[in-house]
Amino acid sequence: MSTETRPVAILGSNRIPFARSNGPYARASNQDMLTAALDGLIDRAGIAGARLGEVAGGAVLKHSRDFNLTRESVLGTRLSPKTPAYDVGQACGTGLETVILTANKIALGQADSAIACGVDTTSDAPIALNEDLRTILLELNAARSNVDRVRALAKIRPGQIVPEVPRNAEPRTGLSMGEHTAIMAKNWGITRLAQDELTAASHHGLAAAYESGFEDDLVTPYLGLERDGNLRPDTTIEKLGKLKPAFGGSDGAMTAGNSTPLSDGASAVLLGSEDWASDHGLRVLARFVDAETAAVDHVSGRDGLLMAPAYAVPRLLARNGLGLQDFDLYEIHEAFAAQVLCTLAAWEDPVFSRERLGLAEPLGTIDRDKLNVRGGSLAAGHPFAATGGRIVGNLAKQLSELGRGGGRGLISICAAGGQGVVAILEAAGQQTAHGRQQTAKTRRGRA
Amino acid sequence: MTDTYAQLIGNPIGGFLADKVGLPKPVRLDRYVEGAPLIDGSVLVGSAPGGRLGEAIAAVLAEAETPVDSRLDDEVRGALGVAGIDAGVWNPEAPADQRWKGLIFDATGIGSSEQLRELWAFFRPAIRRLAPSGRLIVFGSPPEDCAEPRAATAQRALEGFVRAAGKEVRYGATAGLLYVSAGSEGRLASSLRFFLSPRSAYVSGQLARIGAGGDPSSIDWERPLHGKVALVTGASRGIGEAIARTLERDGAHVVGLDVPDLATELEAVMSSIGGSMIAADITGPDAPALICDELEANHGGIDVVVHNAGVTRDKTLGGMDEGLWALLMEINLTSEERIDDALLERDVLNENGRIVCVSSMSGIAGNAGQTNYSTSKAGVIGMVESMAPLLVERGSTINAVAPGFIETQMTAAMPIAPREAGRRMNSLSQGGLPVDVAETIAWFASPASSGLNGNVVRVCGQSLIGA
Repeated sequence: MSTETRPVAILGSNRIPFARSNGPYARASNQDMLTAALDGLIDRAGIAGARLGEVAGGAVLKHSRDFNLTRESVLGTRLSPKTPAYDVGQACGTGLETVILTANKIALGQADSAIACGVDTTSDAPIALNEDLRTILLELNAARSNVDRVRALAKIRPGQIVPEVPRNAEPRTGLSMGEHTAIMAKNWGITRLAQDELTAASHHGLAAAYESGFEDDLVTPYLGLERDGNLRPDTTIEKLGKLKPAFGGSDGAMTAGNSTPLSDGASAVLLGSEDWASDHGLRVLARFVDAETAAVDHVSGRDGLLMAPAYAVPRLLARNGLGLQDFDLYEIHEAFAAQVLCTLAAWEDPVFSRERLGLAEPLGTIDRDKLNVRGGSLAAGHPFAATGGRIVGNLAKQLSELGRGGGRGLISICAAGGQGVVAILEAAGQQTAHGRQQTAKTRRGRA
Repeated sequence: MTDTYAQLIGNPIGGFLADKVGLPKPVRLDRYVEGAPLIDGSVLVGSAPGGRLGEAIAAVLAEAETPVDSRLDDEVRGALGVAGIDAGVWNPEAPADQRWKGLIFDATGIGSSEQLRELWAFFRPAIRRLAPSGRLIVFGSPPEDCAEPRAATAQRALEGFVRAAGKEVRYGATAGLLYVSAGSEGRLASSLRFFLSPRSAYVSGQLARIGAGGDPSSIDWERPLHGKVALVTGASRGIGEAIARTLERDGAHVVGLDVPDLATELEAVMSSIGGSMIAADITGPDAPALICDELEANHGGIDVVVHNAGVTRDKTLGGMDEGLWALLMEINLTSEERIDDALLERDVLNENGRIVCVSSMSGIAGNAGQTNYSTSKAGVIGMVESMAPLLVERGSTINAVAPGFIETQMTAAMPIAPREAGRRMNSLSQGGLPVDVAETIAWFASPASSGLNGNVVRVCGQSLIGA
């Protein structure tokens, strides 16, 4: 086994337009949508019939029958059936985590190519049996005599018909993600106006991306939907300002506008070694550089539920010898406008820097013109596990368009359970990740 | 001593009527309880750009483990981080449910009248979030130290702001101003702690100057006077007794002094606090020598001297015979001067010593029927001012408190009209307690208060009289 790592290329991506919950994809299953997203990518890359190193995918809300969701989806695509696959789960970080896992295998030489993907449906969501009824049915199943079966069935009561619907709530706090974020927003003093401004910018950025044709080779229409169903190109700060608070009580600043809606959709990203890419005539859009995950103790309340990226990014920057300002593009997942703003505030805050990060100086501010330039989750919607693929594909293409000077992009995604997944991509024209990491090491050595 | 009106207002019907008629509604003030945290709640800290006290303020709050908030873009946040305070964020434009027990603003960066706007910007959105018995504290630079006239003007203006704010804050909250000279940042801790804590319950609309002095070494804030010996004159009852008990609580060995007629009462007080006693008439010609002998022989000198003994002999000037004048002046002023002279001449006052005098509102405002008393108490202020430069040379300090209406046997014996006027005509709509005077004296007496010299601080609930 080689101890050397090799550069990992991002070669393309595809997603289906994201739909609002109970909309056009109401009847589409996770497997249907993921298969569609994969096939679109396979067509675009011209790799039908290829045996890839692996496909890693996942969904946050899964039916019990979806236990092998990614492999089953692969079998439905035009890839070689000899392509192995596995499922990954890290809540909203799932999509980016699949990219990290497959990229690492390519870097290590354990795979030459891979697809990282994710899907979620909140329409065709799994509904579980009432826990009491489930216990009775298990008892029935275990019964050995008819008398025992009748006894078990006799325990069924009308109230037990009420099913268990999955809730968007944290198991250990009982608070919804929105309620958690409202607490964060309050703790960080995030204004309604700032949230609405970020939301409007997201919609306008994504609308412009569609208008300019930027999304043409990133999105494949599905079930009659050509653009993301949540996109409101003509929204304004004024219009957003009229919405009633959805979280944080009657004086809360979070609304249905500046929070992502429940959505359905799927995305996929093709990765490979540079040799594999040239063998298949594929242009390298960007390179995967490095990634970091973090988690916070949101249960004690010391940190907000969605603050983990605020910890992950400084660690990632330190390892790579980079400052927060050393990026041309920032993709911060807009689970809620407030999440993005809390994260930016934390990075600017000398107290957070010292007390939480143990850094003498704050990371500082970023140029907001470089943030979520082509829109974010507030505009596109957020089918949980599909968001990472949307962001990676989108950023890789933006980096490929930066020109000969190259460039660097930062991805930050928050996830349920107090988690955060972050990564760095750089333009293909950039000095290789490999060489640059060496530079970072040398730099540290000098310091 | 019973404040019947406050009791009446305290019941629902009385409270309702007071609201309707617009009568003052005194609240029960928070007072210090041994072992309690510095301040019972969180504080909001802010700074005008260029302030120089952020680190010193943050160090005090960090040591006291006080929860702190600040605006995210406030300069002071860097100092809070350095001090190890995991400060919360306050943004007046965003939804918030914060309430603070203290509002602290470093105004030392204000260099012109235009920049006084910073006061407004900090306090306006926060003042209504100040909790009952809250504290509004402004830090400034002594105007006389400012090189630029405009800076001096702006710094002098802080006084008006604090006095007005003291009259606006409600439910037992108070306001205070601390002028800290350049280089004295390290000496502000005892004063910030006093102004923040419930020890300053009845001190409002007041200012103090923190200047040169010895470096306060590390101190046990629960027992700042541990190992110190304190002489308290007039210690057998009233305010004097409260002073003795408070200084003992703070760790001092108290030597109580009173006239031989009150020896029994004095002994009762001193034995209950494990103190010593001197039964002597301070007006006696040999009293200063006797006191010095006693302190030298049995206590190895003295660390804290509290000139509390005093009398009133009220009579309008036209009807006042010489005896009333002379006796009062002898007790209230001349004897104190003679004792101080002896203590200094014989070097009985130890290094880092403290002299704390009890003046009076009458000494500031003057009072009809009290020409003798007002003269003596104004003289006490003069003594503090004139002696301060002498004491600073010896590494010691002299300061005074000036009580307003304090609930004692003396005030209980007053006719109802002046008594009620005295109680209500202040920002807290009530009389103070002897312990409020004692706590203020204990602040001056602390070894950490080396930067306080020549101050006269009123303990009057921001009385309208003499304001």
